[in-house]
Amino acid sequence: MRTVIIQPGFESWRTRARELLGQRMHPDELLWSDAAHEPGLFDPANETVSAGPLPTVPAAFLDLARRVAVHRDARRWDLLYRVLWRLTHGGQPNLLAIASDREVRQLHQWERAVGRDIHKMHAFLRFRQVGHDASTGREQFVAWFEPEHQILRLAAGFFVRRFAGLDWSILTPQECAHWDGVALHYTPGVSRSVAPEGDALDDLWRTYYRSIFNPARLKVRAMQAEMPRKYWKNLPEARLIAGLVAQSGDRVERMLQAPARPARPAPKNSYLRSLRERNEPPPAAGDAP
Amino acid sequence: MELRQKLEILADAAKYDASCASSGAGRKDSRGSAGVGSTGGAGICHSYAPDGRCISLLKVLLTNACLYDCHYCINRRSSNVRRAQFTPAEVVQLTLDFYKRNYIEGLFLSSGIIRSADYTMELVIEVARQLREEHQFRGYIHLKTIPEASPALIERAGHYADRISINIELPTQAGLAKLAPEKNLARTQAAMGHIRSKIDERRAEARPSAGPQPPPFATGQSTQMLVGADDSNDAVILRRADTLYGNYRLRRVYYSGFSPIPEPSALLPVKPPPLVREHRLYQADWLLRFYGFKVDEIVSEAVPDLDLQLDPKLAWALRNRATFPVDINRGPRELLLRVPGLGVRNVERILSARRHTRLRLADLIRLRVPMKKVLPFILAADHSPVRLGLDADSLRARFLPPPQQVELDFSAPPPPVGEITSVHTGEL
Repeated sequence: MRTVIIQPGFESWRTRARELLGQRMHPDELLWSDAAHEPGLFDPANETVSAGPLPTVPAAFLDLARRVAVHRDARRWDLLYRVLWRLTHGGQPNLLAIASDREVRQLHQWERAVGRDIHKMHAFLRFRQVGHDASTGREQFVAWFEPEHQILRLAAGFFVRRFAGLDWSILTPQECAHWDGVALHYTPGVSRSVAPEGDALDDLWRTYYRSIFNPARLKVRAMQAEMPRKYWKNLPEARLIAGLVAQSGDRVERMLQAPARPARPAPKNSYLRSLRERNEPPPAAGDAP
Repeated sequence: MELRQKLEILADAAKYDASCASSGAGRKDSRGSAGVGSTGGAGICHSYAPDGRCISLLKVLLTNACLYDCHYCINRRSSNVRRAQFTPAEVVQLTLDFYKRNYIEGLFLSSGIIRSADYTMELVIEVARQLREEHQFRGYIHLKTIPEASPALIERAGHYADRISINIELPTQAGLAKLAPEKNLARTQAAMGHIRSKIDERRAEARPSAGPQPPPFATGQSTQMLVGADDSNDAVILRRADTLYGNYRLRRVYYSGFSPIPEPSALLPVKPPPLVREHRLYQADWLLRFYGFKVDEIVSEAVPDLDLQLDPKLAWALRNRATFPVDINRGPRELLLRVPGLGVRNVERILSARRHTRLRLADLIRLRVPMKKVLPFILAADHSPVRLGLDADSLRARFLPPPQQVELDFSAPPPPVGEITSVHTGEL
């Protein structure tokens, strides 16, 4: 049994995996661990071993591995290597086509969890305006988000494409991303207290949220399936939810009790008159209003 | 009137429009511009209201004053609702402010009709023009258009918008004549035909890598049909939807179960239809678009309404038991798609996996196939259903939910926003 300690990251895993494959090391003989879990044991010298060429693997595997690599689960390095082994030395080059395979399925599950985390970051992150850059005139925004996995670098490109015209920073406990209109750069993580608490527009946004809600179609479970509670603390609108739910029954009751309103005659308006003429066959004499 | 009050009134007035999709737009983004905005790929739901609906766009009316008298609509002229009107500049500012905070994907702008269709349409277009031209906004814009507006204005709307839509509202002219006297089915469909031809033109000209610039015309149109406001049955509704998909190539038909509104009209039913009816219509719609079903297989002259207790695919399977069981290791795609419990994605996975391995029940469990539902209908390497079970009349009973739970059973709804979370949310 050999212990393989790597820096937690796709490139680091890939380098070691190449080397181990070259030595035909069977997955059962390896114990993968990453430096995040065993900081004392990591030997940087191990990282620089020159690796042989990676045997051909499907491009889909590398894409899958890149995403799985940022998942929190410590078993990912081992499982990635096992699937890589089966693809290259196990005589199963089509393994990834078998979605029902136990190991492939686990990788796909991790990949989906990472994809969902990225999607929820794109959805639920909220920028707060902190000022203007006096020299460039660009508006400056800061957001705080707590991703479940190490997704910031995979998720940041979206914000560059969407908010190219703003200066922004995304702060997370692990790492921060900053955009200045030219380049994206990263700094170490910070604590939540560094992030702004709210934004002047939050109140208007809550007005919108309250008004767009239809109390006659209450479906709290459907809402929570898509917007789990763990995200609520960073969403300015979430504080309204309990009240909206509580009042909805009374509001619907009032609608059902409201007296029905009769139709009101059409006002004099040349456009309405022209519509009526188009809607009806040529009127008989005396039919027109 | 204060901006906050206007927003309150004009968002409240817009909430009966089910569409909130922000997917299906051409790929464009803000790189190289001083503005913000990007579209392309799946849309994003930035929040959810307690009604379970996705909040993706700032969905407002420009004004809720209206000349029309559509009886299902809170904004009809006979209603005593408070009226308000945004200036185009106010909507532009709200959109940009909300967008920069990542609250929304863009704007969905509709309006009550004031003065005339053209006058109203020009105001709506002006908002989109300012966003695109003065602020380089490249986020999503959905404009509701008025079928009676002049074709030139509809073309301008399509030039600025990613999506344009006209609500058909009711599936028959008779229904419109009674409940929406100013509207007309033939005019609406003619306008949809015009929009379709513009979209087709754009598609013919489009280059594969258009870059970050907006395309020259909207990439799609959609519509909404009200359910339960008139007496149209599900067959009438689905046939209308089928025509709209086939002849006008709509991206989506939204079904909106009529729900009680403040200021109800004397011409309308007091009791709204069960929400589950709308849900069943969405499921049937998915069968038409992604599962190869024809309307006549789902509803018929004899049984024109969907079974509220069973999803329409299961109901079809129970009526067509001779088709089953289907061998998951050999059955063709078209048949696998008809197996209750197998969605589009799992069918693709099964087809891919079985080229390399024989599938057993454990494989299906790992694919998270709902086993109780599929077992009577399939053969697997280690499973064949008891014939008796498939033929027994008790099979239907086995799938019925306890009666009192019918209206609460929304465990896996294809939501009105299905498009946003991709096709797969509609799997049956």
